Formats: sequence, C-alpha cells, structure tokens
Amino acid sequence: MTRSAGLPRWLYLPATVGAIFVVLPLVAVAVKVDWSQFWSLISSQSSVTALELSLRTAAISTVLCIALGVPMALVLARNDSRWVRWTRPLILLPLVLPPVVGGIALLYAFGRLGLLGRYLDAGGIQIAFTTSAVVLAQTFVSLPFLVIAIEGAARTAGADYDVVAATLGARPTTVWWRVSLPLLAPGLASGAVLAFARSLGEFGATLTFAGSREGVTRTLPLEIYLQRESDADAAVALSLLLVVVAAVVVIGVGSRALKPGGSGGW
Amino acid sequence: MTGVEVRAVVQGRGLDVEFGVAAGEVLAVLGPNGAGKSTMMHVLAGLVRPDAGRVVVGDRVLTDTVSGVMVATYARRVGLLLQDPLLFPHLDVATNVAFGPRSGKHLGRKDSRAAARRWLDEVDAGDLAEKMPRQLSGGQAQRVALARALAADPDVLLLDEPLTGLDVAVASSIRKVLRRVLARDGRSAVLVTHDLLDVVTLADRVLVLESGRVVESGTAAEVLSKPRSFFGARFAGVNLVAGRVGADGSLATSWGTTWHGILGDDVGTGDSAVAVFAPSTVAVHRDKPHGSPRNTVEVVVAELDSRGPAIRVRADEQPDGAPGLAADITVESATDLRLAPGECVYFAVKSQEITVHPGP
Repeated sequence: MTRSAGLPRWLYLPATVGAIFVVLPLVAVAVKVDWSQFWSLISSQSSVTALELSLRTAAISTVLCIALGVPMALVLARNDSRWVRWTRPLILLPLVLPPVVGGIALLYAFGRLGLLGRYLDAGGIQIAFTTSAVVLAQTFVSLPFLVIAIEGAARTAGADYDVVAATLGARPTTVWWRVSLPLLAPGLASGAVLAFARSLGEFGATLTFAGSREGVTRTLPLEIYLQRESDADAAVALSLLLVVVAAVVVIGVGSRALKPGGSGGW
Repeated sequence: MTGVEVRAVVQGRGLDVEFGVAAGEVLAVLGPNGAGKSTMMHVLAGLVRPDAGRVVVGDRVLTDTVSGVMVATYARRVGLLLQDPLLFPHLDVATNVAFGPRSGKHLGRKDSRAAARRWLDEVDAGDLAEKMPRQLSGGQAQRVALARALAADPDVLLLDEPLTGLDVAVASSIRKVLRRVLARDGRSAVLVTHDLLDVVTLADRVLVLESGRVVESGTAAEVLSKPRSFFGARFAGVNLVAGRVGADGSLATSWGTTWHGILGDDVGTGDSAVAVFAPSTVAVHRDKPHGSPRNTVEVVVAELDSRGPAIRVRADEQPDGAPGLAADITVESATDLRLAPGECVYFAVKSQEITVHPGP
C-alpha cells in the first residue's frame, strides 16, 4: 500500500465514475448470463471450435509479434538516424487505424489481386480467407502494442550495460543474447501480454481480410457477433468466456511481469 | 606491458588533445566539468569516432582517421570502470565477473568461473560470489565491477571517477586495491578524477584538461608542487598568479601588480610565467603593511571557510578572471581581524615563499 500525500479529494469522484463505467458493462454481462445453461451454451461444437481457433491464432501471432517486434523496438530505441525517426510513426500507425481499414489494406497487399498477393497466388500460395489471414490480421494490429512496450523498456534500460559488455570483449550478438534481451524481459512479458490480448479480441481486420468461415477463420469475437443475431444467450455466455480468458492472461502473466522491477516470469 | 598514444580532435565537443601513457603507467586526467575528459575516454574506448586522430595501444592501431581504421569496442581490449558499477542485474556476482573470460576470451565454463574466483579474491570480494548485484552495497558493487573489468584482461584500463560518491572509508579501501592491482600487473591506466588523494596514491603522471585542451602535464609530483594551470593550482590547493617576468626578475601581472619570488632557472626575462605560493604563507592585514620587502595586494574577501585549525580566507576573483587568492590564518587572528565577506584587506607574502616557474 502506498499512501499519496496530497491528492485532492474531488479527484476521487471522476475516478470512481470512470471505474464504474468500465466495470458496470462487465457486471451487466455476468448478470445477463443464463447460468443454468451456461455450460451447454459455451460447449457447443461451434463455440469450442471458435475458442480453439482464437487461442491458436492469437498464440501464433504473439510469437510472430515477438520475433518481429523485438528487433523493431530495439532499432527504434537505439538508432537515432533520420530514416528510423521518420519510419516510426508509420510503423505505429495500426495503433490508431480502424481495424476494418487495416483489413482492407491487408487485402490489397496479400489478397489474390493484391500488391504482393498476386505473385504469391501465381506461386500457388493463397492467404486471404485462410487461417493464415487471421494470424496476419492479428499480427498487423497487435505488433505496435508490443513494439511500444519494448521500445519504452529499452529506452529506460539505456545502452550503458551494452557498452560495458562490449568493453569486456563481447561481440554485439553475444551482448544481445546475454545482456540486452534479458534486461528487456519485463517489458517483453508485458508487451507479449498486450499483443496476445489484442489478438484475442481482433474483429474488424479479421472479418475483412479473413472472412468468417467456421473452423477456419471464425474466431471467438466473430462467433459472438454471429450468435448475437440468432441466439443472444449464447452470445452473452461466450462474451463472458472471452472476458475470463483475457482476465486470466492479464492477471496471471501480466500483473507479475508488470510489477515494477519484477524480472521474474520468463 | 603496453603503452598508449592518443591524438583526438572531436569538433562537436571542442576536444583537441594529444598525449601518451607509458607502459604500466597510471595517468590521472584532471579538469573542470565539461573539459572533455569523458569524450576523451569515449575516443579511447571506441565509442566516439574522432573527426581526426589516432589511438595506438602497444603495436595495435585502434583508431586512425587517416587510414580509416576504427576497431570495434569489443576487440580493443580497453577496459572501462565508471562511477556507476553497472553490474548486469540479472547475473550473480561470479557470473558478472566471468562475463569477460566467457564472452570475450571464449574460455570454457569451468575456466571462466575459476578466473572469476581469482579476480574476486584479488579485490577482496571472494565472499560475494553467490550474491546478486541488488544485494550489494555501493562499495561492494564497485569492487566487483573492478574485478569484472580486470578479468577481461584489458591492455588499458579506463577509470572514469570510479570512487566518486563512495564513503571516505570505502573509497580508501578500494583505492588500496586499485593501487595493488595496477602496480602488480604493470597495466596502463587512465584515471579521471576530482580527488587529490587519487592522484597522490595512484597516479604516476597528471594531465590537466581545460576546454578540450591539455593545459598542463607532468609527473604527479611536478604538477602538485609546481602547477602551471589554474585548475592544477586549485587542485593542489595553492595560489597561482599569472604574468610576465620583468627586467628586475619580478612577475608583472596584466593588471599592474608585481610579485617578487624565487625565480626558477628555466624562466627568463619577458617569459610568461606563474607565481605559486601556499595559502598558509599568506598574511592578512586590515591596513597596508609597511617595511619588510613583501608582496602586498589589496583584495576583497569573498568567503571564509573553516579548515581544521585554520580559517581560509578566499578573495574575489583576480582581475584576469583567475581563481581568487586564498590565505590560511589562525582562528585567533581571524577573530582579531573580524573579517566578513565584501571587506577590503591586504594579502602579504614573503618573497622567499613564492616560486616563479614557466607558465602554460
């Protein structure tokens, strides 16, 4: 417990309103759930398939985000050249882009007639409306979250340790594996959690770029949206399921890694 | 045993220096903040590429702007110890020290552990091997950092204010360790410091840097007893007055005072020279003293400071911008004189207390 010295009391009013605003809808979902049928609702064939697909694709896109995002973040944090500075806003654009627009952009890049897609298509590789498209869509929207988290961690850690490691005779690659990366672990953990959570909830870009094919591209958010039309109770139950999965990830992995100075977890 | 030759021009930081460090020698680098000491170290470590210059360690050319040589930091064998120990926080002490042998010299796990043990014992920190860096005190961490730097077996060790910020007792015990390891291996070292004790106990030679230029260099004894630069004088705790030697052998300043002292053999008429005298030889008077052949100058008291049994009277800056003269007087005379900042007094020094030697 930390006590803040002189926080003005009136501040608690808007803070409380804000907290209620966030929590109330979640409570409303929980209240609306038909608990007697909850289990059968979420264990229907289509729901389980959608959940599995969601977890699988979100996990793969998180791995992709880490593999691409960590190097991106380090280059952004350590290289001050003009080229890098100008690229930064472009790379972080998906952060503020409406996901539907992202989906359309992906379609015109990797779709059958897309910029790159036409060559892939000629080579017999089709991406749009496949599970790969789901992964690409999720990676596209999640990557900036991870890059931002790790870039911040890298800037905080500074380059001093890397310099000392170099004076001890370690080559840049050795420094990277033995010093830079371990020091980024806390930032990496929180970045990965953010990326996973964002991937899990991805809707707009997925629908546009991957469509809604059961078992192939219909992830849990898409399933919920569909069910809402036909079976509202099922939609509510699945929503709660998604809330629980996200909460488990954020609280289980996230809070441990997000603790200040906590380097455990990975 | 490897010597060092450095010539470096870094325009962005206003640095233009040239100096050498003989094999096994410890060179202390003094200078006010912003004089370019750290930039100079960065050039040596290969972290800054000079606009023009050359760094040679032994027979290895590490930097040469003419032929375009710039050896990467990891291949230079130039060790670095900063004020911040910067121990890798995720590795325990032994692994930290074994980092150089393992990652730099590619020794096996067992050999690098053994090397780490040996160096930890060398700095009297053998009992800390299993600890994590966050469990160490500042002094312990700096010992371990020294062991880590030495374990990488550098040809030159760069020490950038390694003892600043430590307790007096802790600093003194680490100074002892430094003195031992530096003397024993005959390793060249460059030591940036603000502490007279470091110079007295560790340095063979001293280099004074001001505004990116070398204003003075010599053996530690020379610079401390016969400083030529104002920074060197202040560092050594003596007064320094700059001027030119007149026909009668006295030193005339640009603002019209003359100083009579013992002229060194190496100063001739018309040379630029400096007069040096200790604050303890300065007498302070309320009224202009008469009689004996003394050097007398009227000054305005800037501040009073107690130094052990004496009171130091520091005068305002000299008219040419040099640091104000200082006088150490007894508590009794200070009480008699009832001095306060802002008052006009006379500083008097006997001629035989002043030495005059060549200026910078």
